Amino acid sequence: MDILNAFVALLNYVMIPATAYGAQLALGALGVTLVYGILRFSNFAHGDTMAFGTAMVILATWGLQALGVSAGPLPTALLALPLGIAATALLVLGTDRTVYRFYRREKAAPVVMVMVSVGVMFVMNGLTRFVIGVDEIRFDDGVRFLISAREFKQATGLSEGLALRGTQVLTVVTAGLMVWALFWFLNHTRTGKSMRAYSDNEDLALLSGIDPERVVAVTWIIAAALATTAGTLYGLDKAFKAFNYFHLLLPIFAASIVGGLGNPLGAIAGGFLIAYSEVSITYAFKKVLGYLAPEGWEPEGLVQLLSTEYKFAVSFAILVVVLLFRPTGIFKGKSV
Amino acid sequence: MAEPYLLAEGMTGGYGAADILHGCTLKVEKGQIAVIVGPNGAGKSTAMKAVFGMLKLRGGHVRLGGRDITRLSPQERVAQGMAFVPQTHNVFPSMSVEENLEMGAFLRQDDFRPTIEQVYDLFPVLRDKRNQPAGELSGGQRQQVAVGRALMTQPQLLMLDEPTAGVSPIVMDELFDRIIEVARTGISILMVEQNARQALEIADIGYVLVQGANRYTDTGAALLADPEVRRTFLGG
Amino acid sequence: MNLRAVSMFAAMAALIVLEGMISGWNTALGLLNMGLISAIMALGVNMQWGYAGLFNAGVVGFVALGGLAPVLIAMPPTPGAFSAGGWGILLAFAVAIVTLAVAIWLNRRLRGAARALAMIAVLGAGFFLYRAIFDPAVALVEAINPAGTGYLGGLGLPVLLSWPVGALLAAGGAWVIGKTALGLRSDYLAIATLGIGEIIVSILRNEDWLARGVKNVNGIPRPVPYEIDLQNSPAFVERAAAFGLDPVTASTLAVKLGYAALFIVVLGALIWLSEMALKSPWGRMMRAIRDNETAAAAMGKNVTARHLQIFILGSAVCGLAGAMLITLDGQMTPGTYNPLRFTFLIWVMVIVGGSGSNWGAVLGGMLVWFLWVKVEPWGQALMQLITSGMADGSALKAHLLASAAHMRLMTMGLILLLVLRFSPRGLIPGR
Repeated sequence: MDILNAFVALLNYVMIPATAYGAQLALGALGVTLVYGILRFSNFAHGDTMAFGTAMVILATWGLQALGVSAGPLPTALLALPLGIAATALLVLGTDRTVYRFYRREKAAPVVMVMVSVGVMFVMNGLTRFVIGVDEIRFDDGVRFLISAREFKQATGLSEGLALRGTQVLTVVTAGLMVWALFWFLNHTRTGKSMRAYSDNEDLALLSGIDPERVVAVTWIIAAALATTAGTLYGLDKAFKAFNYFHLLLPIFAASIVGGLGNPLGAIAGGFLIAYSEVSITYAFKKVLGYLAPEGWEPEGLVQLLSTEYKFAVSFAILVVVLLFRPTGIFKGKSV
Repeated sequence: MAEPYLLAEGMTGGYGAADILHGCTLKVEKGQIAVIVGPNGAGKSTAMKAVFGMLKLRGGHVRLGGRDITRLSPQERVAQGMAFVPQTHNVFPSMSVEENLEMGAFLRQDDFRPTIEQVYDLFPVLRDKRNQPAGELSGGQRQQVAVGRALMTQPQLLMLDEPTAGVSPIVMDELFDRIIEVARTGISILMVEQNARQALEIADIGYVLVQGANRYTDTGAALLADPEVRRTFLGG
Repeated sequence: MNLRAVSMFAAMAALIVLEGMISGWNTALGLLNMGLISAIMALGVNMQWGYAGLFNAGVVGFVALGGLAPVLIAMPPTPGAFSAGGWGILLAFAVAIVTLAVAIWLNRRLRGAARALAMIAVLGAGFFLYRAIFDPAVALVEAINPAGTGYLGGLGLPVLLSWPVGALLAAGGAWVIGKTALGLRSDYLAIATLGIGEIIVSILRNEDWLARGVKNVNGIPRPVPYEIDLQNSPAFVERAAAFGLDPVTASTLAVKLGYAALFIVVLGALIWLSEMALKSPWGRMMRAIRDNETAAAAMGKNVTARHLQIFILGSAVCGLAGAMLITLDGQMTPGTYNPLRFTFLIWVMVIVGGSGSNWGAVLGGMLVWFLWVKVEPWGQALMQLITSGMADGSALKAHLLASAAHMRLMTMGLILLLVLRFSPRGLIPGR
């Protein structure tokens, strides 16, 4: 029995990566859920909005690096983030003006809006590929490890190492700040409150003199900020590849539905639930159990519930269970 | 006599091809309570929506405080001093009572704290529940939030679409008392009611609509006393 | 079909003939064959979207599921594979089914915390038992000549039989997903199907015992003769010479024409069936439900059950097309199942052709496939033209030329958006 080493291994391979991934999913799901709450459709283009935003951040990062600007121990991408957000916000506002607004005025059915968002997805995907190509890009610089496995082993004398990457801490901190700022905005500002009012009861919001176009525009700007930040953090933590962001769509949708579509708090909880399930179900527990099991009883196999190729199946299974038993989500979302 | 505060004359129109209103006329003086009653499908709510601009009129006009507002959108009419409380879905359910009232004052640039205090004075129970989500309140309390939200724009004309639908008789009496209080502050009230007898008791003027046209118009008391009205519309 | 539709099909045929005259008949027939398969996929999606307003975002999964059928039906069985691990795999599936059945039974019988605990216990125990039987069996199968087979193989039956089987496989998948997500908000079906699509494709990529995963299955038997056999047949060479063709060209054309004939027969039968169905009382009811779900439900129509029917039917047609596609390719390459290509491109076909119109779906399938293939060279040519004034070796020029390959996604997106906005009823509007 070696509880300490088992715990360190669990922390290192499951909890830290899942927390960082959960924060990325939560930011993505927040964007989906906000757009759903205000515009009332599931935005299939959200994954590609993330990809486009990240591509913009990467371009700005390269620009800053070329100018010799750096953020010291932090990744340069953090300095580039506002530029990326601005560019993405312009793109989605332009998309809203040229594409979505027409259907909003027509009061088109949600499923038509979803279809339209598929078209937007195509265009954004093409745009991203056009701008930055399809290759895998790593753009993290600054301090790589806050705690390296070797130092940890030396300092503690444990046989199991613990590595904490700078991007993981950065992800959680940035996501925390974003979420705090978003909730402060929604609960304490006039514009934020008007967004909640519009999401609650569109007709009454109109009667109260709330300008729907303004609410929609602010929503898109926030969604762009969330998408760009989520995409950048994901890219820093792993790597940027345009097509990966399309695949993030499923866990992000699952997270927002599990939490209750239209409910921001639910989106965060859903993001972490999906991330923890995905990582722990696809993690091989051989090592952890090896520390815990008595001498001679160590497991022979990998003790992995599902191979990593099936991580989408985890999001999907959770989604199906929620749809079957509680279609409005764990926290009550908008109508079924 | 001067022109009444609200003058909606000869309103004709409907949602689709067929008209629902046929030359309907409504007048409300300052501080008066006007009640629209009538059988189902008489166009009561439609008449009110027409006054508020939620229905395109083919004929007639609406004047408020001497100004023609026939062409204005509902939002613009709010700015002109009208407020409307829909029959259902009339609160922001996930927002607190106080936030509901703030949203009512969305267009106001001045300090609206005193108005919130006035609403709390009018409906003391709302003061106690100010931080509760409106969706968690009882039906009667929710109606109070809805009326309170409408009062936040400091309207000159408050329009209520069946404010007592689905609440108990005790709550209904209480709500009517509050509406009288509101009218005493000089605000004109126009409301549609199913509970015709009780509503006519507090009405300064009553309109009985049948098939989108005025059938009887008189003071509330006079209508209650009219044997013809009693027999046909108030169930004896 | 009215005059408008006829003239559009004539124009489509002219496009293919023109392609034949410019780039050769081999290319043109290749385009035609893929266009026909695309048309069948579009027919399937059109049933779901056009008849019932259902958004299936997992078409790729149903196409892939159908594509599994030619492998399972037509490939020869791997010697010794079934006796090594086949029974184990079947037993593992039996365990999985029993576990699910018990879980469903418990779900109906128990309430509250007891239900949750019992469900978790049964599902957990069932899962571990399943893995304990499944994993060693799979290892045994995959150990058999991994470079050549390493999978169970098929039944060695005629490949044409796999087409209806592909449809059945896809129908089974559609039943499971439809049971879950139909009757909820329309977006939920889209998201659930997006998930099932991803999962089916990842199963095909990773389960080597089933269809060799990314190692691909090659040499799937054909329903038409092989080129080399034709070239070796004196009768064929003689007839080719009569047309003034050399044997090699003639044999490739003959094979492609053979496929085209098969596909046209299937497509024709499907159109005839769907036109009949649309005119029947059933089709009228479907349209009534699509146009006003609430009213139809109020009239006592079971909307969800009808939706399930049409969802299964449409998915089966996609599965059929998937099986045909693999038969045409002669190989199963799970790596090529890309949702942009097999889900969203099919959507573009349906929308462009005209939602709710069978002939529209066929035209859309052929036309959009044609564009999909042609946009790439056109984009390349456009970029050449744009960059022709730039200095050779400039980074921008190199970037623009390299990016031309991505033009077609954007083009497809723009076509979809433009049609939705300015001509939402498509080229051949439905009823």
